[in-house]
Amino acid sequence: MSMSVHVAWDEGVARELIEERAGLEGAMLPILHALQKKFGYVDARAVAVIAKVLNISRAEVFGTISFYHDFKRQPPMGGTIKLCRAEACQARGAENLAEHLERVHGVKIDGGYRNGVSVETVYCLGNCALGPNALHDGEIFGRLDAQGLEDLYASVARKTGE
Amino acid sequence: MTARVFIPRDAAALSVGANSVAEAISREANARGEAIEIVRTGSRGMLWLEPLVEIETSGRRIAYGPVAARDVPSLFAARLLRGGDHALRLGPTEDLDWMKRQQRLTFSRIGVIDPLSLDDYCARDGLKGLKKALTLSPADVVDQVLQSGLRGRGGAGFPAGIKWKTVQGAQAERKYVVCNADEGDSGTFADRMVMEGDPFMLIEGMAIAAYAVGASKGYIYLRSEYPHAAITMERAIHLAEKAGWIGNDAFGQGKPFHLELRIGAGAYICGEETSLLDSLEGKRGMVRAKPPLPALSGLFGRPTLINNVLTLAAVPFILAEGGNAYADYGMGRSRGTLPIQLGGNILRGGLIERAFGVTLREIIEDFGGGTASGRPVRAVQVGGPLGAYLSEKELDLPLDYETLAANKAMLGHGGIVVFDDTADMAKMARFAFHFCAAESCGKCTPCRVGAVRGEETVGKIIAGRDIEANLALVRDLCEVMTDGSLCAHGGLTPMPVLSAIDRFPEDFAAPAHRTAAE
Ligand SMILES: Cc1cc2nc3c(=O)[nH]c(=O)nc-3n(C[C@H](O)[C@H](O)[C@H](O)COP(=O)(O)O)c2cc1C
Ligand code: SF4
Ligand code: FES
Repeated sequence: MSMSVHVAWDEGVARELIEERAGLEGAMLPILHALQKKFGYVDARAVAVIAKVLNISRAEVFGTISFYHDFKRQPPMGGTIKLCRAEACQARGAENLAEHLERVHGVKIDGGYRNGVSVETVYCLGNCALGPNALHDGEIFGRLDAQGLEDLYASVARKTGE
Repeated sequence: MTARVFIPRDAAALSVGANSVAEAISREANARGEAIEIVRTGSRGMLWLEPLVEIETSGRRIAYGPVAARDVPSLFAARLLRGGDHALRLGPTEDLDWMKRQQRLTFSRIGVIDPLSLDDYCARDGLKGLKKALTLSPADVVDQVLQSGLRGRGGAGFPAGIKWKTVQGAQAERKYVVCNADEGDSGTFADRMVMEGDPFMLIEGMAIAAYAVGASKGYIYLRSEYPHAAITMERAIHLAEKAGWIGNDAFGQGKPFHLELRIGAGAYICGEETSLLDSLEGKRGMVRAKPPLPALSGLFGRPTLINNVLTLAAVPFILAEGGNAYADYGMGRSRGTLPIQLGGNILRGGLIERAFGVTLREIIEDFGGGTASGRPVRAVQVGGPLGAYLSEKELDLPLDYETLAANKAMLGHGGIVVFDDTADMAKMARFAFHFCAAESCGKCTPCRVGAVRGEETVGKIIAGRDIEANLALVRDLCEVMTDGSLCAHGGLTPMPVLSAIDRFPEDFAAPAHRTAAE
């Protein structure tokens, strides 16, 4: 699968995405998802536009963005791997994989980008009989072992490097 | 004749290469000049056999698995398309022990049909429930649900019929039906399998619910960690709308029912129903104090029926066959069937639908075949991250809401996670606190602050510091969290923690005395 392509922040485009959804009941999450899909993150400059269009305070918009793990506030500097570290994957060795990645590749999980890859913790991907699991770019990778995770890591790093 | 080949596109199957198997089969058939039709299905739930490939011959499906793309040439050489013999051939799917031992009411079509084919759906009893419902008065529909004994499958086990009746009785010009598809519990995936494998069943269940309670708008709140379910669900809603069984005139006489999919944003707490409502309204997912009940004042302050995916998915059967037919299954006050999700360190993991009352041992040993590692089973967590850790000695407990509650455990959403004897239960207790802190909505102190303290304190116990005093402190913290939390996130975190301490005390002893295998 190809990597999601993001465009650079553009207030006109953002405004259009926001206005298109403004009529929805509870439009906030659909708007934030649309912005993140387009730009790869939710730019701080979007806050004022959303507040104005939805007729709510900026503090409320900002509070919502910051509440949810999914919404990023900085442009992505590469690809993301979400590694499941919930109980069922732990029972299948997920913590050993996480340690291996940190030790061998100097990766810091939940510690930002390195080599164009950010590895983040996620709790359950709904594939608990086939763990350990990771999610990258809309695809789930199951039955991961150390080699499988390394391969995934390398392929994401390569894609970003291109 | 064109041979029909069935390959799942369920996320579990995709995660282990189902797409590359489908491509390899298509390529190989082409090269050999064989005419085939590949049907992409949901999963049968035999997840250890994924990717599972089925061939239809003389009206039966023959299963092969787990198939890798590299197996495909040898499968064709063994006359796969005629059900030929091969090391991966498992036999007729319906005759496999795993399938035969189940009572599939909700999962009867999953893995069998093309999830997005309305024809397939209707050919296998789809829409029967909604059609029946529309011949009844809304009150009679609620009666059927009451009679079925159906209880909420999201975790709390509240009787569905009573909730439906409350919403039905509420006076308002606008009401909502909300499907809780946040499925955040580790060890659970049945909601996902329904949405990917039989999305029309969920839509039908929601339409019946909307008709019964008088709602004109429905939302499915789906977690963002399920990208495949989102795609299938979105398409299914579109198709159902085009076919006219939801939309402006869903229930005749100009009565509308509109349905919309909404995606969450990575917050476990948004599975809690009032937090979910705040999130749907576009706010931070903060838990609300009850009362008011969402049934009376829910989404945007309107009467709102909130049910889990599995609760709503059970409804078409109940209407089609009658509430009593559903209530015929089960034990005690747990009526009907339970989709059980077996995961973790298990040899044969997957989805098992059985009447309530089946024992953990039958699930873990007979279905599951013991651990994947081959080591002894040591601990089993039932009911998600807020559920208790049980020991091997307790496997004869039947799965039933009341029995588990009487044993200081809970059934939750029906997830069972197995650990072998290398599991360190002190670490699992620490993780329970860690998870609680990481996913707390932050509204109340016992949960927000208590969980952080709990994590630190268990850390000290693991390091062997002041074990007695720190264990006492953990127990105190647990008491405060149980009594002082607004919702079950903080209120039930003590369940995994205390169950680990009480059932596996050796893991909390001084390091020299610990017995867990390394
Ligand atoms: C912390 C927490 C998380 C929850 N997560 C879910 C969930 O992911 N899915 C769900 O259906 N119910 C979840 N629930 C239960 C809901 O609050 C609610 O009971 C349920 O949606 C009601 O539907 P039901 O009666 O059909 O089970 C959760 C509850 C708590 C306290
Ligand atoms: S117990 Fe925790 S999650 Fe629940 S309301 Fe309180 S702070 Fe929020
Ligand atoms: S616990 Fe990792 S996928 Fe469920």
